[in-house]
Amino acid sequence: MTIIDPTDAVPAQRPGDHENTGPLLEVRDLHVEFQTREGVVKAVNGVNYTVDSGETLAVLGESGSGKSVTAQAIMGILDMPPARIPQGEIRFYGQDMLTMGAEERRKLRGARIAMIFQDALSSLNPVLSVGFQLGEMFRVHQGMSRKQAKAKSIELMDRVKIPAAAARVNDYPHQFSGGMRQRIMIAMALALEPDLIIADEPTTALDVTVQAQVMDLLAELQREYRMGLILITHDLGVVADVADKIAVMYAGRIVETAPVHELYKRPAHPYTRGLLDSIPRLDQKGQELYAIQGLPPNLLKVPQGCAFNPRCDKAQDICRTEFPPLVPVTEADGTELPGRASACHFWKETIHG
Amino acid sequence: MGRYVARRLLQVIPVVIGVTFIIFCLVFALPGDPIQALAGDKRADPNIAAILRAHYHLNEPLYQQYWHYISGVLTGDLGETYNGRAISDIVSERFPVTLKLGLTSFALEAVIGIIAGIFSALKKGKFIDNVVLVSTLVLISIPVFVLGSVLQLEFGVNLKITPVAGIEHGWPQSYILPAVVLASTSMAYIARLVRTSMMESVRADYVRTAIAKGLPTRRVIGVHAMRNSLIPVVTFLGFDLGALMGGAIITERVFNMPGIGGQLAQSVYLRERPVVVGLVTLLVLIYLVANLLVDLLYAVLDPRIRYE
Repeated sequence: MTIIDPTDAVPAQRPGDHENTGPLLEVRDLHVEFQTREGVVKAVNGVNYTVDSGETLAVLGESGSGKSVTAQAIMGILDMPPARIPQGEIRFYGQDMLTMGAEERRKLRGARIAMIFQDALSSLNPVLSVGFQLGEMFRVHQGMSRKQAKAKSIELMDRVKIPAAAARVNDYPHQFSGGMRQRIMIAMALALEPDLIIADEPTTALDVTVQAQVMDLLAELQREYRMGLILITHDLGVVADVADKIAVMYAGRIVETAPVHELYKRPAHPYTRGLLDSIPRLDQKGQELYAIQGLPPNLLKVPQGCAFNPRCDKAQDICRTEFPPLVPVTEADGTELPGRASACHFWKETIHG
Repeated sequence: MGRYVARRLLQVIPVVIGVTFIIFCLVFALPGDPIQALAGDKRADPNIAAILRAHYHLNEPLYQQYWHYISGVLTGDLGETYNGRAISDIVSERFPVTLKLGLTSFALEAVIGIIAGIFSALKKGKFIDNVVLVSTLVLISIPVFVLGSVLQLEFGVNLKITPVAGIEHGWPQSYILPAVVLASTSMAYIARLVRTSMMESVRADYVRTAIAKGLPTRRVIGVHAMRNSLIPVVTFLGFDLGALMGGAIITERVFNMPGIGGQLAQSVYLRERPVVVGLVTLLVLIYLVANLLVDLLYAVLDPRIRYE
């Protein structure tokens, strides 16, 4: 029965501070597979990335590239079984979450690591009012009364710029527009001021004008709270404005990492190049739009060598036999390019022409 | 909401008039003479029979007989049987038995069915799920009179923990066994219904959100998944409440309980038109009210449904 004073509640709830022995989040050699009737689907095959406070990592990739599965593994919301994590570590301030007890893990979820889902209509419970769903965060994690929680919910709805928050707190998700619903999702994720937010395609279900508003809001709140943000998307346009660094995923692996503007300027992997070339551009109006040929690989049977080789127009024999590790990318003269890496045998040719 | 309820209640009037008229015609069309039926195997005294026929308007055409009946009903008089007993007496004597039996059985099937269904859904493919699936299959396939007789023999005769039949021990002792028998089939249906809809809502996106919010499993299931999976169950429960109030002819027979079902069967047999029409009308009313409650409960459970 502790009375939580909002002024010192924040430090008291940050046990991460004294065990702060690493970056905010560090994913090391993460593997996730799904046991299905047809066989073992290897959805994630050795992903590594780190996110620091205040930093935005964009994870880019087609459907089925393993970007959402990685996020769900971080959140600990994978259905296990059928999912399995045969190896890897997910370190939150240096502490491996995969070895934590279920209850310890649950307390981190929502409070310190929160997630924003793609489709807010189906991700919000249709039969509970938004005030209830927002207030639940405070009631469950901080033991607030219903009344206090409701006041907090209204405050949150104000924060994410929902007009007439006090009047709408008892409304249900279907009574809001798509953009407002996504704001509620964001408010829910922000409720307890988590250290890390994972946004899984937060704007995919929205129309373009609303997309920009929602992304701006998310970026603004992230700056304000100095949270780490993992932004999962397949929309390269969204990424450019918000992200600090980018990880491109293909067939459950990271094939390229780079600071955001570097990647746009000089991709070091043919897949990234393909993605960039398939963005419609004003200066190429009237020309045929480039598309990467073929389909994403079947994860039951990932191609030998480089997984991208059947779709790559630069593929050589070595690509079909030898697996390309993720190696640091340098300038032509050997100068280091911090944060850049590529998993292509021919990264030099790709980046330096 | 208020307007909606008022409109629904107004709809009851034509339904009741229509139903009573149809039942009246059907009973009228039954072969056999009700006055002769009073005398049993002997021939009825023609003079007395004539007096009775005149008293009960039996010589008049159908529409006049119906008029006499319905105007009585509208002034609160349900009429009397051909041996002079007020039908309201029969109802007040018989109905409490059916009500107690029906509600006990309703509570049993709802509580046990829903709990079994939830456990079964959450432990899909595990031992408890198989227990529920097999036992519900068994319950659905055993006829009521077999189950009734077996339980009577086991609990009433052998173990002597419940009365074998009759209602002289009152509620709950005398009612528990018949209520279990009466509830068994519906309980099995409810368990399976809850299992299916629960399995569906556990996979829903909003349940994933609830887990991602760090809610304890109990709350994820009890608050987030439950509300949604109860919607189809409420439909079935509402329908079943009406059916249970209709009296369980077989169960009442097996356990020798003086409820509505037994009375109805007997009255059909004796061609007691006013009794049959009166009881059926009562049941129709209960049915309509149960349905109205279900519809209103929908709006409570699912805010996307709004009645104007």
